Parts: sequence; C-alpha cells; structure tokens
Amino acid sequence: MEAGGASAPRNRLAVAGARATTEAMLRGQPRRDVIRNAIFAGLLLLAIGIALAGLLALLIQAFAKGSSALSPDLITNPPSTAFPDKAGYRPAIIGSLELIAGVLLFVVPIGVGAALYLEEYADNSRWWNRLIEVNIQNLAAVPSIIYGILGLAFLVRGPLDLGFILVAGSMTLALLVLPMVIIAAREALRAVPNSIRQGSLALGATQWQTIRRQVLPASIPGIATGVILAVSRALGETAPLLLVGATVFVTFDPTPFGTDGYSAMPVQIFNYALRPQDEFQALAAAGIILMLVVLLAMNSFAIWLRNRYEQRW
Amino acid sequence: MEPAGGPPSRLQAQGKRYGERAIRWLLASCAILSVLTTTLIVVSLLGPTIGFFEIVPAKEFFFEIDWTPQFKPPSFGVLGIVAGTVNVTLWAMVFAIPIGLGSAVYLSEYASPRVRKTIKPALEVLVGIPTVAIGFFAVSFILPELIVPLWPGEFLGGAEGKPFMALAAALGIGLMVVPIIASLSDDAMRAVPRGLHEGAYALGATKAKVATRVVFPAALSGIAASIVLAISRALGETMIVVLAGGGTPKFTLNPVESIQTMTAYIANTATGDIATGTIKYESIFAVGAVLFVMTLIMNVISIRLVRKYREVYD
Repeated sequence: MEAGGASAPRNRLAVAGARATTEAMLRGQPRRDVIRNAIFAGLLLLAIGIALAGLLALLIQAFAKGSSALSPDLITNPPSTAFPDKAGYRPAIIGSLELIAGVLLFVVPIGVGAALYLEEYADNSRWWNRLIEVNIQNLAAVPSIIYGILGLAFLVRGPLDLGFILVAGSMTLALLVLPMVIIAAREALRAVPNSIRQGSLALGATQWQTIRRQVLPASIPGIATGVILAVSRALGETAPLLLVGATVFVTFDPTPFGTDGYSAMPVQIFNYALRPQDEFQALAAAGIILMLVVLLAMNSFAIWLRNRYEQRW
Repeated sequence: MEPAGGPPSRLQAQGKRYGERAIRWLLASCAILSVLTTTLIVVSLLGPTIGFFEIVPAKEFFFEIDWTPQFKPPSFGVLGIVAGTVNVTLWAMVFAIPIGLGSAVYLSEYASPRVRKTIKPALEVLVGIPTVAIGFFAVSFILPELIVPLWPGEFLGGAEGKPFMALAAALGIGLMVVPIIASLSDDAMRAVPRGLHEGAYALGATKAKVATRVVFPAALSGIAASIVLAISRALGETMIVVLAGGGTPKFTLNPVESIQTMTAYIANTATGDIATGTIKYESIFAVGAVLFVMTLIMNVISIRLVRKYREVYD
C-alpha cells in the first residue's frame, strides 16, 4: 500500500475480484454439495443400520422361536425324537466341554510355543521363518471343512487310525484354531517392550529365563484373550466335526475315547434344525440361545481381561 | 563382547547351556507343526484325489456340468457344484461389499469416537456367532420372512414356496462377512495419515469427497484385501449353505434356485460312515482339493495386498 497512487485502483480491483470468486464458491457450490453430503451420509448410516439390524433380527428371532423350549430339561435331558418336549442337549453339552478341554490341552502349549519361537528366537531374514509366517496367515483362512477332511484322512483313518472318537475331534478343532492362537500370542509378545528383555539379559539372565520370568508373565493377559477367542471359535464350529464323526443322535454321555460316537452343541443344533416340526425348530432355537449366551459371556470376559490387565509401557 | 586380550570374562556362561538349546528346538518344533499342518492337508487331499482321477477322467471332472454321484452311471462334473459355490459367493458379495464398505466409511470418517467404540464391537459380535445359528436364521427367517414376501413375483422363476435357495444362503453368508469387510477396511482407512485428510479439507473438499476421493483410494489395497478375505470365507462356508442352500447341484447363477455348493457336498456325503476307497469317498477329497486351491489363491492375494498397504504407511 505504500506504493500509493497508481497501484491503488489495481489493488482494489484484485481484492474485489478475489472476494467475488470466494463468495461465488461459498454460495454456489455448497448448495449441491450439502445435499450430496447428506445423501452420502444417509447411505452410510443405512449400510451400518442394515448390518446391525441383521444382528438384532438374528437374536430376536432365536428368542422368539426358542423361548418356549427354554427349560432345565434343555441341559439335563438327552435328545429324543419321540418326546421333543422333553428333549435336550445333555450329551452335546458334555461332548462340547470335553472337546474344548482337549482343544485347550493341545493348543495352549503348541500355540504359545510357536509364538515364542517366532517372536523371541526366529531370525526373520531367514526364508524358512518367513515361510512359517506366511503359512500361518494362510492356515488361518483355510475353510474349516478342509480341516475336517484332514482329520478324517489323518486322525480318524490313515496314519493315526484313532477311529471316530472325541479326541480326534478335539485334535481337528485344535489344528483349526492353532493359527488364531499363534497370531494372538505373537501380538501379545510383541507388545512387551524390548527394554524389559534387555534389562533382564543385562542382569545375566539367559534367554529362556528372560522369557519365563519377564516376557511371558507380562504377556499372559493378551495370550489368554487370544486363547479364549480361539476356544469360542472352536466351540461354535460344526462342519469339521461332521467329518470326524460327531454323529448326530447320541443319547448317552460321551467319553473322550469312547467308540460309540459323540456329539457337540452345534452339531445337535444342526440336527434339530434339519427337522421341520415346530417342536424341533424351537429346540434348535433354544440351543442357539444357549450357545450365544455362553459365547457372549466368553467374548466379554476376554475383552474385560484385555482391558483390565493390559499394561501400558 | 569380551574385551580383546583381557581377563577371562565372568559374564560368559559356565557350561554349554544344553537346556537353553533344547528349549529353542522344542519351541521351533511347535512352529514347524504349522508348516506340517499345511503339508498334511496337501498330502491328505492329494492321495485320494489321485485315486479318484484313476477312475474319473480329468476332462469329465473339470469340464462337465452334471454332478450326479448317486446316479448309475454317476457323473462327476465338478462345475455343477463349483457353480453353486460361485452363485452363493457372488450374491453374498453383492450384499456384503456395499454394506461392509458403507459401514467402514461411516466408522472411520463419520462416527464419533464414542459411537465407534460401541458399534464396532457390536458388529464384531457377528463374527463370533456360530455359522449353524446364521444358517438357521437364513432358512427360518431370511427366506420366508424377507425374500419370499419381497421378491418381485415370477421374476427369475419366482421365490414362492421354495424351502431352500441360493439367495437365502448368500444373505446369511453376507451377514457373516460384513463385519470382516467393515472391520478390516476401517482399520485400513484409519491407517491413512491425517495429513491427507487435512490437505483435502484445506483445498475445500467436502466430507463425502474426502472419504471417497482421498481416503478410499489411499486405503484401497487394505480394502481389497478385506474383500478378498471375505470371498475366501464365503467360498469355504459350510453350515449356512447346508441349511439354507438346498442339496441339488445346478449349473446356474440364478439366486432363487436351490443349489449345492462344494462344501455342502462334502458335508452331506461325509456325514455318517462311508467306506474308505469307494469312489464317493474319494470324490470328497477331489472336491476338497478344488476348494482348497480356490481359497489358497484368495488367501495369497489377500496376504500380498495387506503387505502392500503396510509398506506404504508404516
């Protein structure tokens, strides 16, 4: 502005021009954009609304259909085709509990062991360690029924030849959820800062002493969360069990090595669901309620555990 | 570690520490078990599949469209059940991709942190629901209460009075994979640096434009990975299609037909005690091998894509 005189009109012109452009932009464009923005936001809300409505409808429908069959009989009585109003899930519940116990027995040591090796020992520049890593990622996405085929070919028949026993089912489910446990345990181990390890090593501890006394205790909540989530996945799996002999109509309490067959919650639900009569449909829905309650409790516990014991370093 | 020529270091271990080495190998063998699992899967599929192809010509298996193992003479044209799998997967994705991506954009760009904190776990509950429950929901609610009343008359043959159909299974699977797409895409979009958002806003872009033109393309490989993973899950899903899809192999992509998928064939055939060495027993493995290869391709693509977007922003 010090230039004064001659340049003042030009400056005024430029300012006026800039203001006109800006005002045109602010006035003209938003009109259409406001509407577009609103439509876009509306569509997004619709999308998430449909997803949540689907979840809600599933829960409501299970309760609407199954509430009539909810009774202590559901837990204490064996299934029956003749008396559907007295039928229950007893052998299936016991079978599922035994299956899960077996899964834990297999999957915790092996899964944590593999995670420890990959995080604490393995040199990631080696091709075989990278191969193991990619392989675990892929295994996590292999269809569950393929694990059923594996169980059928290797555990039930073939090399191990265990027959159609509950333990074979446990092992199949354990292989299925093993990648999940390894991935979760690795994340938990990775969250432990390196300074802890270095401090321990500097004080003269060996690598295993460091892992056992420092790294593992610090990562237990994370590992436990992963294990619970994996177990809840195993609990809900049906398809692989169909191949390894969870036969559908078991009226006695199954044993781990019994050759007379075993059942599991989801398999029994499946069996009831296949029958068109209303009584069996209600039984299936009641079984679903039972499973959802258990699974929800397990998942909530896992989340609580993570939030409660998660350490901030 | 030790100073050259100095006194013998007290920091050196006294013995050879065999225990430490044993532990290392023990842990390594746990990790190797995972590779062994893959090997076992391949071997267990391969053996009977080779036996299968000694009886059924590969040309019939891969190029015929009739899958009728129970007929005499049987026909093993795998395309008849591959079509069922593709049918269900296709319609599941038509439902799940827009819903999943819409949810993801909402969660990452629009939702307040508090809303996000409640909605995301709620959505993830869906992942934990047993598929047998979703299958039951599909056949006893989605089909009779949603598809039949809403289907436009005789379109594509009509939906009235059908107890099973591909679309019911597809919507069930869609519901199952929506949280996978939503959750993973949300993660990918939140990994896009804030600077890109702010730059776009500074240039006068609206919220919708920032979401669709800036964040979405920047997160594309992560989003694509989530979709590929969802496809892989849909291809391998068993219980939903067994309960809602029907059991008749049909070479069609028509959503209101009753179909049979590869997984449903395996589950239906293997239930019960079928004799080892029969052609029916071996056909399970041949179908399983096809399914395994299809999902393997999807998984490899997904793993590659994830690695790509990690490289860009980490």
